[in-house]
Amino acid sequence: MKTRHKKLALIGGALAILGIIAALVLNALNSNIALYISPTDVAAGKAPVGKPFRIGGLVKEGSVAREADGVTVRFIVTDTAKDITVNYKGILPDLFKEGKGVVAQGKMTDAGTFSASEVLAKHDENYMPPEAAKAVDDAQKAANKHVSPSSLGQPKASY
Amino acid sequence: MIPELGHFALILSALVALILGTLPLIGAHTNRMAWVAVARPAATAMALLVTFSFACLTQAFVANDFSVVYVAQHSNSLLPIQYRIAGVWGGHEGSLLLWILMLTWWAFLVAMLSRQLPEAMVARVLGTLGLVGFGFLLFILLTSNPFERLLPAAAEGRDLNPLLQDPGLVIHPPLLYMGYVGFSVAFAFAIAALLSGKLDAAWARWSRPWTMAAWIFLTLGIAMGSWWAYYELGWGGWWFWDPVENASFMPWLIGTALIHSLAVTEKRGSFKNWTVLLAISAFSLSLLGTFLVRSGVLTSVHAFATDPRRGIFILIFLVAVIGSSLALFAARAPKVGLGGRFGLVSRESLLLTNNVLLVVACATVLLGTLYPLLIDALGVGKISVGPPYFNAVFVPVMTPILFLMGVGPFARWKEASIPEIAKAVKWALVVGALVAIVLPLLYGQWHAMTALGLLLAAWIVATAILNFVERVRHTRAGRGFVATALSQPRTFVGMHLAHIGIAVFVVGVTMVGSYQDEKDIKLAPGQSVDVAGYHFTFNGVKAVEGPNYVAAQGDFDLAVDGKFVRKMNPEKRNYHSSAMPMTEASIDAGFLRDVYVSLGEPIDRDKPEGEWAVRVYYKPFVDWIWGGCVLMSLGGLIAMLDRRYRVRARAAAPVSAGAQQA
Repeated sequence: MKTRHKKLALIGGALAILGIIAALVLNALNSNIALYISPTDVAAGKAPVGKPFRIGGLVKEGSVAREADGVTVRFIVTDTAKDITVNYKGILPDLFKEGKGVVAQGKMTDAGTFSASEVLAKHDENYMPPEAAKAVDDAQKAANKHVSPSSLGQPKASY
Repeated sequence: MIPELGHFALILSALVALILGTLPLIGAHTNRMAWVAVARPAATAMALLVTFSFACLTQAFVANDFSVVYVAQHSNSLLPIQYRIAGVWGGHEGSLLLWILMLTWWAFLVAMLSRQLPEAMVARVLGTLGLVGFGFLLFILLTSNPFERLLPAAAEGRDLNPLLQDPGLVIHPPLLYMGYVGFSVAFAFAIAALLSGKLDAAWARWSRPWTMAAWIFLTLGIAMGSWWAYYELGWGGWWFWDPVENASFMPWLIGTALIHSLAVTEKRGSFKNWTVLLAISAFSLSLLGTFLVRSGVLTSVHAFATDPRRGIFILIFLVAVIGSSLALFAARAPKVGLGGRFGLVSRESLLLTNNVLLVVACATVLLGTLYPLLIDALGVGKISVGPPYFNAVFVPVMTPILFLMGVGPFARWKEASIPEIAKAVKWALVVGALVAIVLPLLYGQWHAMTALGLLLAAWIVATAILNFVERVRHTRAGRGFVATALSQPRTFVGMHLAHIGIAVFVVGVTMVGSYQDEKDIKLAPGQSVDVAGYHFTFNGVKAVEGPNYVAAQGDFDLAVDGKFVRKMNPEKRNYHSSAMPMTEASIDAGFLRDVYVSLGEPIDRDKPEGEWAVRVYYKPFVDWIWGGCVLMSLGGLIAMLDRRYRVRARAAAPVSAGAQQA
């Protein structure tokens, strides 16, 4: 009898802990996932409002400009079809270059620009972030085949 | 000629590995002692052949033999000699060869240091290692041959990625691989136990030091990688929850659980199945890590050029290893038995809680790492799971582990009493609370999370000291206090040292997270910036010439309270052989804080002598993070050298015989 109670207590405790942990994990996942959205989809108004997300693409040639404070940078990310203006305050990574792939995380502002909290460029000059590559590929496919990328590549807003 | 010899040695070693992976295992099963006796010589031969092969590749690097594709891709005649040697593991093929080299050395060490083990056991352990080695050798030979020739030979090599031209590359991968691969020994012991059905205290005692050794290397390897990222990447962070970091952290979490569960299996005979499962998991996660890093499914600093064949091979290998070992586990586990019973509150139950929490922590990391891959594979979009997820999940899971770490050593085996423990640790709680209230106020700002971190750290240290003193009192038997303290078992001393290492680590993480300060700012020569009371004056930038790069070297004066402290010279390097610039931060390291300067870029690209974007950091207690890891490893090392692991054959044999009858 006593051992059965002990077992029940153990199992109950374990289940309770598992439940708490599962809730924690789901909650954390829910609020900390950033979707990748291509510039084309952003232009089509598919970007989440007020929630951070990631964009990927190429840094448009000749688009990088500095504000007077010297550390706020403005540049254009393009998937060759659509452009987005990105604002970022901080030091850019070593491999950030015009014409190269880039991934930025941040939010849309009311002015329709992207305010980045983080800019990632990967550590090999020939390496293209897959997200940036996909955005460009999709845009070019759409341009060539006249197939709307929204039928396939649309990220589901299931969170 | 030499590369061909290396290639040939590699083929031979694969054949030897196949023999090692079959004959001794069959021999142990069918009691053919001649076949069992093959194990040690075969393991030695495998180690020698792979070492020879590795030496051949190193020779090709040292001699700048650019007729070898791999060398041409990862070296350059201007590369300093130490990086040419480290360049051997600077790419995919060579780092796999390093993986194999480590595996064969572990097997060799087991062969040499296992004279006290039953022959059949040794045969099974080495046989399992042979099979794993065979899989990886096949992988290298079929998909990633480092000795492939380039015809005609290249006149000059493409050079090693500048990011890797750092002492970190010389140390970090070998340490990490020693750890990763070291879990193969724990795995092999587990498989051997399942095969023989003999899973007893003696078995746990044999595999404990090996597991501990792997864990020490892994701890140091991860810490080294973290430190390297901190000073080299120029981002000032020490952990990014990068998928590849996670890949090394998951085996560490499971390995930590395994060390603790092995202790229970050795002392009390409990947790047998669980221990075996952890040993299988730790190694499986090492393999999964290898798969994630090598297959190119991840976006990461660590991703090398990719080839889909490699990913598929490792995936098949992974499935084969995990599948067959779990199948074996399912078939044999019921025979192994559960071992001794224990109470709801006891050392066992606390260690079980520790284990469950560590496994949960590992599962959350695994989820965060694989979830984006899963979503991508399902074609429902691309997502990223960032550091906030891991932080949000990790703190609540780790808090109870850290708390229980203080309680565990006071709990008796089998049945413990809560009031007794509470009485023993109450002062530690008082000390912890005092530290948590006072210390943040001294730093100016009191945050609940800062207080929690400091409370836990102080709690761990205080309970460790109380526990140590209590034990010395109980074992004095007339001797002096110091003499008794020095004669405590090494496992006991090592345990507390490692736990204190965790506390030191927690202090570092907490303080740097709460009080670090950073500024990104534009500075013209002559201008200065203040961060957390440190005054940086920028004197301009000059051009400096390195062995294979040119650099813009910044000249900063660091001053505190108007007094000059030192010069700081961060660099922005441009390597001749690649278009890739590299930031070299300048760090003034100290016991209580680091200050850190790195150069961004010139505001006007054509005027490097003018204004620059500059990043300055103040990082309180950041070195405690790695100091804590070193203490953990040191604790592990002391525990590993405990006398009872060196018991000779005479002592070990009767135990296993007795357990067989039981």
